[in-house]
Amino acid sequence: MPDVRTEEMVLNMGPQHPSTHGVFRAELVTDGEIVTAVRPHVGYLHRCFEKHAENLSYTGVIPFTDRLDYLASMNQNFGFVLAVEKMLGLEVPERADYIRVIMAELNRMASHLMMVGHMGTDAGAITPILYGFRDREYILDLFEEVSGARLLYNYYRVGGVIADLTPKFVEKTRKFLDYIGPMIDDFDQLLSYNKIFLGRTVGVGILPPEVAINYAVTGPNLRGSGVNWDLRRDEPYSIYPKLSFDVIVGKEGPGVVGDSWNRYWVRVQEIRESAKIVRQALDGLPEGEFIRAPKNVRPPKGADLYHRTETPRGELGYYIISDGTPTPFRVKVRSPGFVHISAIPAFCTNIMVADLVMSMGTLDFVMGEVDR
Amino acid sequence: MEPKDIHERLKETFGAKIASSVLEAIDPYLVVETAAIAEVCRYLKEEPDLAFDTLMCLSGVDTKEKLQVVYHLYSIARRHRVVLKVETPREGEPSVPTVSHLWGTADFHEREAYDMFGFRFEGHPDLRRILCPDDWEGYPLRKDYVYPETYRDIDNRQVETRDA
Repeated sequence: MPDVRTEEMVLNMGPQHPSTHGVFRAELVTDGEIVTAVRPHVGYLHRCFEKHAENLSYTGVIPFTDRLDYLASMNQNFGFVLAVEKMLGLEVPERADYIRVIMAELNRMASHLMMVGHMGTDAGAITPILYGFRDREYILDLFEEVSGARLLYNYYRVGGVIADLTPKFVEKTRKFLDYIGPMIDDFDQLLSYNKIFLGRTVGVGILPPEVAINYAVTGPNLRGSGVNWDLRRDEPYSIYPKLSFDVIVGKEGPGVVGDSWNRYWVRVQEIRESAKIVRQALDGLPEGEFIRAPKNVRPPKGADLYHRTETPRGELGYYIISDGTPTPFRVKVRSPGFVHISAIPAFCTNIMVADLVMSMGTLDFVMGEVDR
Repeated sequence: MEPKDIHERLKETFGAKIASSVLEAIDPYLVVETAAIAEVCRYLKEEPDLAFDTLMCLSGVDTKEKLQVVYHLYSIARRHRVVLKVETPREGEPSVPTVSHLWGTADFHEREAYDMFGFRFEGHPDLRRILCPDDWEGYPLRKDYVYPETYRDIDNRQVETRDA
């Protein structure tokens, strides 16, 4: 057929689309089944976090940080209170430090389980999401035990945490850690080396390390691209220097460094590492007070600080400016998802539409923190 | 490199283009002449012993007297950081040279700073609003921002002040 004419078609993926994981719109220029250009559009979930923060006390901002990345609220709390404490020059009780790390790592496991499950669905497999959700449920139960909430915990406070661990929590967490190890092996058997899954992910959406660094891609996505970088180890905060864990980095075989498979695999292995960290923290958990609240949270006038922590999605930075009042003058959130979405046009071109779903799904962004 | 050494180096190289250097703050920072920011950033990125390969964060700030853009740079290769600030007057849409050709991160972050504070990043390839709708008016994070009463016929006033 010599006179078949094709022309580019612009296609909207989203804002309501199951594989965009939230209200996110990607404008695709397609040539048949091939995506030649992607233009991401964000902002559908903008809730004026930064404007709100300028009208609230420092403690009042904490529940709002929960709502940034609602799949890893503990980690969002953690980053914010650490930043404020650094501005105040405040030491927290040792027990509080341990509790914080236990919660942050449990939340990391929950978030990764969710991502791994969703990734199965993106690839057309229904089973993994059931496994992921089932195991995440145990973690949510643990959080409910200490904070009373299952999704938005509002658990960290400047100076410590809001409630102590219950003896039951410690016991249940130990049980959970014994349980999760074999479950991750299950994941590996079901999914990681499954031939169909490998076919969908290996070599798909390769994010070269130099592009990743240029876009400041961080967290598991950067490690999937073979860059050995983890803020918990390289810019340590809290009690991470006392704990031993491995930083998982993407590898060759069966995947290619930087592809969707490696981004997935890094997360699965990080669940194991987090379990290792929680176990150590539980073993070393000191007795004592769990909060030493300052009389008032009022950082010195003119102080400004950029503080970053490693969340399940990557580097979460808070840039806070104080004017000496109990209300922050400016809070800027540098969210990992925002940055990861901006990198999509740089590496998701000339691939199939279905592969774009895979590449975006493995970036694992949560629109709450992207749009703030 | 320590912040002190980086500051010294920049002051030697750029002279008057570095307006001031503050080392006593929690995060030591440099104030750079607005017009020179892209040049300074290129130097920081391309010098092999500075090698600032990532822009961690770019934030707009309204200090009530002036507007600022704050650049937090980090070098994964050399493991050091530097903070740069540029200051502009508050009137209108102040123009700041873009750094989006140096770091991909700057693309979205400059759009956000434009959206929230109204900086014109000269040379940015696609300077549009990003978080607010395209037809939004005003710059919400400026300190003198007045909330709009209506948006596309949606009544946006507080319930108490609405007409019965």
